[in-house]
Amino acid sequence: MNDESMVKSVCMDADDIERAVTRMAHQILEANKGAENLALVGIVTRGDLLAKMLVHKIEEIEGVKVPLGKLDISFYRDDFATHMSPEVHSTDIPFSIDGMTIVLVDDVLYTGRTIRAALDALMDIGRPAAVELAVLVDRGHRELPIRADFVGKNVPSSSSENVRLFLEEVDGISAVEILDIEPGKRAGAAALTKKEGE
Amino acid sequence: MAFDHKHLIDITEYSADDIMTILETAKTFKQVNERRIKKVPTLKGFTVVNMFNEPSTRTRSSFEIAEKRLSADSLNFGGSSTATVKGESLVDTVKTLCSYKIDCIVVRDRWAGVPRKIADVSGVSVIDAGDGKHQHPTQALLDLYSIWEEKGSFDNLHVGVVGDISHSRVCGSLIPALKIMGCEVTVIAPPTLLPARPDILGADHVTSNLDEALPELDVVYMLRIQRERFEGAPYPNLREYNLLYGLTEERDKLLKPDACVCHPGPINRGVELDSFMADHPKRSIILDQVYAGVLVRMAALYLLLGGSNDGIDA
Amino acid sequence: MALMLKNARLIDPQIGLDEVADILIRDGKIVEVGHDLTMEKGVERDLSGKIVTPGLVDMHVHFRDPGQEQKEDIASGSRAAAHGGFTAVCTMPNTSPVVDDAVAVEYVKARAAAVGKCRVVVAGACSKDLKGEVLSDMGDMYAHGAPVFTDDGHGIQDAGMMRRVMDYANQFDTVIMAHCQDDSLVADGQVNEGVASTRLGMVGWPAEGEELEIARDIALCRLTGCPLHIQHITTKRGLDLVAAAKAEGLPVTCEVTPHHMFLTEDAITAEYQTALKVNPPLRTAEDAAALIEGLANGTIDAIVTDHAPHTDWEKDREFELAPFGMTGLETSLSLVLTHLVRAGVIDYGRMIQAMAVAPREILRQEPVKIEAGSVADLTVIDPEAAWTVEVGDFYSKANNSGFVGAELTGRATDVYVGGYATMEDGKIVE
Repeated sequence: MNDESMVKSVCMDADDIERAVTRMAHQILEANKGAENLALVGIVTRGDLLAKMLVHKIEEIEGVKVPLGKLDISFYRDDFATHMSPEVHSTDIPFSIDGMTIVLVDDVLYTGRTIRAALDALMDIGRPAAVELAVLVDRGHRELPIRADFVGKNVPSSSSENVRLFLEEVDGISAVEILDIEPGKRAGAAALTKKEGE
Repeated sequence: MAFDHKHLIDITEYSADDIMTILETAKTFKQVNERRIKKVPTLKGFTVVNMFNEPSTRTRSSFEIAEKRLSADSLNFGGSSTATVKGESLVDTVKTLCSYKIDCIVVRDRWAGVPRKIADVSGVSVIDAGDGKHQHPTQALLDLYSIWEEKGSFDNLHVGVVGDISHSRVCGSLIPALKIMGCEVTVIAPPTLLPARPDILGADHVTSNLDEALPELDVVYMLRIQRERFEGAPYPNLREYNLLYGLTEERDKLLKPDACVCHPGPINRGVELDSFMADHPKRSIILDQVYAGVLVRMAALYLLLGGSNDGIDA
Repeated sequence: MALMLKNARLIDPQIGLDEVADILIRDGKIVEVGHDLTMEKGVERDLSGKIVTPGLVDMHVHFRDPGQEQKEDIASGSRAAAHGGFTAVCTMPNTSPVVDDAVAVEYVKARAAAVGKCRVVVAGACSKDLKGEVLSDMGDMYAHGAPVFTDDGHGIQDAGMMRRVMDYANQFDTVIMAHCQDDSLVADGQVNEGVASTRLGMVGWPAEGEELEIARDIALCRLTGCPLHIQHITTKRGLDLVAAAKAEGLPVTCEVTPHHMFLTEDAITAEYQTALKVNPPLRTAEDAAALIEGLANGTIDAIVTDHAPHTDWEKDREFELAPFGMTGLETSLSLVLTHLVRAGVIDYGRMIQAMAVAPREILRQEPVKIEAGSVADLTVIDPEAAWTVEVGDFYSKANNSGFVGAELTGRATDVYVGGYATMEDGKIVE
């Protein structure tokens, strides 16, 4: 999967992910007393895919298809000057978020900076009634006062490790892997090996 | 996708991939420009100087909007207050500006080569907003963007550029850029308004017969007749220019059904473009070009002022 | 006081001399040339491995004095000349004020005598203030020692005025030196019209703007009979015109600069190097090749530098606003040695012809020969000296050379003017 890092362990396999998504879907519905006024917004490039899985799961459980959007936070990052990514993915939220309860979805919660940027981006798009956070993996090491409302799995990790989610849809396999980071490299999401199906 | 340019001065230094990166980034900025809060914090804390040593309203406002929507602090420098009016040399002016600790200079100048000079002196990112009769790369990029949006790709496109080629910095960037993207380019102009060697710019064909050229074209790019810039008139009068080189209503029937019409603005109505064509709902993409100007300038600022391409923190 | 130059290879095509021998100089004149010469007392210099030629003459320089001494003055310019191996130069009249009367001629001569390090031949203007309208005080200037006339920097635009200049000048033993530029074609031309002007987006300076005036002036030479010298010729077709005039027997000569031979319009890149902004502009590679051929076959009579010094700040600006011109005195000989003599394109004899003999003839100066009785204006060349052109090495006040960084082989090491050293071992003698 990754040339620069060594896979140390697989902490979730495809079945684990499936079970965690199912539980999170239930928790989201339970906490919000159903799917009314609810919308999911995934953060590209893995959170949006996870959000899509959650939307399907919610539909299975509740029979309601909640609105789904995706959010690119490139323009809101706090480390733009040092780590700008020239590959910008489009934000696509095809509904008004005003007054909605938005569940932000991301793959791995780490420093919290991505979520900070995502919150700013959301606020520039509209005024949701509430924002909740769902992540598949919480690996700790927060640098900002941010906490997830729905967590698939807590994975204690070292800052010299990278925790990455791979999904069948884009990576050909679903798993959460812990990898060693080479000195000088930064933690980050895996690059998309395939173009997103659009 | 690597993008490792510091300056946008000479479009011929950009590859097709570089240009597509800019166009695709520009597209993502549409979302920002079409919502209520048309602003992202990306360039917060960056200072961009708009050094317009020659009058410009359109290009400067387009850059200003792009900078503001990226949250950069921008300083407009130029006009009648220009230091050069007081006899200060360009080099001294640029050194003075750099003492303010700035990050980028957007420069428009009467004289060719000034952006490169500024880049050498200043060390900051430089964007050429038009230098003399030389280049105007962001204009070329916004033209490419508009054509790309309209046509979907650059494959098998035949673009005709009509009018004052020799005095046009737009052509200095546009024709090479079209060639980089693989288009076929025909230059159509009175011989008095042709540069010595249009082939050096990249023109595949050169003609002075508009009527013969029009049926072949997918895109007709009408240049502005720059009346203020002539040393000795290169055509007898505006009426004759319109007769020979104007895109008139009658010439509509010579165009391919899906041919579109571009113009860098401001339009001289009744000279190079009749109102029928300028306002043609299906053919004219002139206002799309203006909008594209904000998008590609946001993209250029974003890409040029950004750092290395690296992973994304979770 | 006697001076003995020993063991140098002496080359003088005027007398068919090319051998290792000694030169004995006394009272500013060569008294004896021969083998194993001796003298009772005096200075002896061993020049083994060196070449001695008749003193080189650059018949086209701008010393900016009077009026623009921040660029150059007669003291610094003449030191640059000596440093480049020249024993004499001809200064152009486009100073401030213009050298268009006898007072100005006397000023330049007096300064040269007081502070100069080479002989200075003063060219007077053809027209008052170089405006091309009214005749300058040509007769008075001639009487005060200006042997030649030119409106260098401008072409005389009006054909009738040029005819008047040539008709009037023809009463003296002189030559009209013409800077050929038709302003109605050249206008604000910055670089050669063609590839460079298109690529750089600047107004072109077409070859025809020069050729048309060459053709006109040759016609006027035919009409008036006045000798004509075409300055800094740059194009192949211009050269063809001169060749045809010579074949016809007209008194026409011409000159070329090293930069027009060894640089082309292609050297001006997107960096817009103002050091390469010259007038006439750098032309095409084809033109440059034709100029070299013309020099080799004798169509071109003289090599000149058009040494045009400017301050750093004047050149360090927008290309279209920077002044025209580059320096040349301190690189000319080495460029010719490197690119033409070492390369086998011309021999030393042809080089000396173009850099010493012909310029004196055209300027109506006494010839200098390496033989007894001749004035001892001599240039000593080390043909093997390898060096790199560096700004810090210049005696000129100006740094606007188009050849900075060039690696050259061969340069002047010693220069004698009237038997006195102006340069010894590469250093100006103060």
